[in-house]
Amino acid sequence: MNLEFTADELAFRDEVRSFIEENYPKHLGDAGMREDMSPEDMVAWHKILGEKGWSVPSWPEQYGGTGWTPTQRYIWLEENARVNAFMPLPFGVSMVGPVIYTFGSEEQKERHLPGIRSGDVWWCQGYSEPGAGSDLASLKTTAVRDGDHYVINGQKTWTTLAQYADWGFFLCRTDPDAAKPQEGISFILIDMKTPGVEVRPIKLIDGGYEVNETWLTDVRVPVENLVGEENKGWTYAKFLLAHERSGIAGVARSKRAVEKLREIAGKELLDGEPLIEDLDFARKVSQLEIDLAALEITELRTLAGEQAGKGPGPESSILKIKGTEIQQRLTELTLEAVGNYGAPMYGQIEDSGSNQYPIGPDYAQHSAATYFNMRKTSIYGGSNEIQRNIITKMILGL
Amino acid sequence: MDFNFTEEQEMVRDGLSRLVREQYDWETRRSAVESDAGWRPEIWAQLAELGILGMPFSEEDGGFGGGAVDAMIVMEEFGKGLVVEPFLPTVVCAGGFLKHAGTDAQREEHIGGIVDGSRVYAFAYAEPRGRYDLADLQTTAKKDGDGYVLNGHKAVVVGAPWASHLVVTARTSGGQRERDGVSVFVVANDAEGVVRRDYPTVDGRRASEVYFENVSVPADALIGEEGGALPLVEQVADEAVAALCAEACGAMKVAHAMTVDYSRQRKQFGVPIGKFQVLQHRMVDMFTEYEQSVSMTYLATLKLDAPEKERKRTASAAKVRIGQAARFVGQEAIQIHGGMGMTDELAIGSYFKRLTILSSEFGDVDHHMKRHIALA
Repeated sequence: MNLEFTADELAFRDEVRSFIEENYPKHLGDAGMREDMSPEDMVAWHKILGEKGWSVPSWPEQYGGTGWTPTQRYIWLEENARVNAFMPLPFGVSMVGPVIYTFGSEEQKERHLPGIRSGDVWWCQGYSEPGAGSDLASLKTTAVRDGDHYVINGQKTWTTLAQYADWGFFLCRTDPDAAKPQEGISFILIDMKTPGVEVRPIKLIDGGYEVNETWLTDVRVPVENLVGEENKGWTYAKFLLAHERSGIAGVARSKRAVEKLREIAGKELLDGEPLIEDLDFARKVSQLEIDLAALEITELRTLAGEQAGKGPGPESSILKIKGTEIQQRLTELTLEAVGNYGAPMYGQIEDSGSNQYPIGPDYAQHSAATYFNMRKTSIYGGSNEIQRNIITKMILGL
Repeated sequence: MDFNFTEEQEMVRDGLSRLVREQYDWETRRSAVESDAGWRPEIWAQLAELGILGMPFSEEDGGFGGGAVDAMIVMEEFGKGLVVEPFLPTVVCAGGFLKHAGTDAQREEHIGGIVDGSRVYAFAYAEPRGRYDLADLQTTAKKDGDGYVLNGHKAVVVGAPWASHLVVTARTSGGQRERDGVSVFVVANDAEGVVRRDYPTVDGRRASEVYFENVSVPADALIGEEGGALPLVEQVADEAVAALCAEACGAMKVAHAMTVDYSRQRKQFGVPIGKFQVLQHRMVDMFTEYEQSVSMTYLATLKLDAPEKERKRTASAAKVRIGQAARFVGQEAIQIHGGMGMTDELAIGSYFKRLTILSSEFGDVDHHMKRHIALA
């Protein structure tokens, strides 16, 4: 038992570190912490990695994966977090990509995988509906066969960044009479420019627009866009949820954010002394750091298991629960740390040049918005309560 | 990075696991705990025979060349069975002092007796007014010819009634709570002037208030540097913390399994109570606390050889996390067992009590949180 990296792993770390230093777009700055990025900025690093061949590390090598071990992938994420890199969005590389190369036709692989790798094609996810959240299998959007097309009708919601998406992967009901709700669902790829697809933004509590309602009205989709078999979509959806859990805990990013929080609390004052020297506040930061250390080792244990050939199991639900709790707590403490300057609505304050008095320190900007935004993490991706249901069933056996 | 155990370590685990399963069921433990002796020397003899007591010592010292990971495995298995025999004070604490700072003669004298099971040690570090501060000592050791004379009162010395020897911290100089002036001595438990008041502890062990009344010890009773032993005491205490964390993991694992099991059998409103989501999620949270504790135990154990500051900070982080987890798992286990959890009829109460006490041994959550902050 030891925690050291091997010489090869250290060499790999140096290699990726210098690649990141040389190639990560400088103008993105601390982008990983910001919520106000342009779509071009969001894919900038993805495109550079696509050219390098590092955009889809965990894919099988035949589809463009790097063949890295789980430990190397961990190092990769750590090194990216050092510069707070804005990583490729998950919808293509972690979600639909693996479903396509595992269950899709040769034609689908050839058509879709290159664009996912390169970052040229933007994907979104059409799962949730207004009446189907945690109870996803109750979804009502229908796909009815009409010759060599499906005609799709329904409403999806929480479609993240669909306003920029070229394609979406959707769960639709193809057999309304199936014995169980899970059995009549299909996994269908939809070109977002198809007539009848309408994306309407949903404004969130942080003031941003990152999710949408997606309305589907008589959308005609060629049957070759069905992935795998008709009515087997639930299986693929579950596969997708269990796939690619490395990084789900967000450990590397949270470690960076703790450093940032310490910096901020070192600058803010309480009774004339740095806030970080206040025992009450220091205690909260220490608790966070301790919880994060435990989570990091838990993630490494999971990775080690993966490396030894054990697939990611229901333990990844622990990573999701603890990881999101920590991410949320971090944004909460950051907001606490900035004190009064949490209140200004920075998103609506025009940047009118240098001849005006500034409003609060740089690091206070968006601290409230980020805190508001991060409440989503314990709700999305299978809410933390659903994760507890999974552990109940798979580990406790109740 | 490697989280695997060696083949030898797996064998040790299997052997201990069998011993605990076959000879340390809860009823047997209870009658031993309630007996006059309060422990089972025959178990100790078996541990010596199995090589468990010699595992963390070097082969030159008559041991088996193991280390902290081996102690972790032993303590985890002991935690599962709530083993009361004094492995921690004898092997981890006394053994730790001797390994790190014992002279050849001291190692030869003491480690041999530990390995063959003939000597049992207790670690007398706490004092009535010192709480968890290892330097807050009123016990004194005054130079007297070649030797020293000890005076003072040591509090809640676990395992002292069973011990042949005591490892004692005392001031040879300096004021109370000063870092300088701390020394460590090994004293025969039956030395003239050692007065004990023995008693049982709530978690099934035996302890003593130990009074040193002009106890004369020879020069070679001193372990390590006179007046400069605090870093050594801190190191051994961190090793004890890591070992306690491992014990807690074993006890939490069993407490959780017992609770899940009970929730399957106990029916209310016509169904097993394990069918209620409100209880399911609490048991999931217990499991999560356990898993995070295992992770922190690994971390603390593997960092025992790290540079001093990192070692201390990691040990404190682990003790905070495990102290919190032990409280949570213990309390939830009793709650989910309902009224039955309150009775003395079920093993779960013993696990709860051990988890309660170990979360404050060698420093509670607040103590280690402050140390973690101070070392930021």
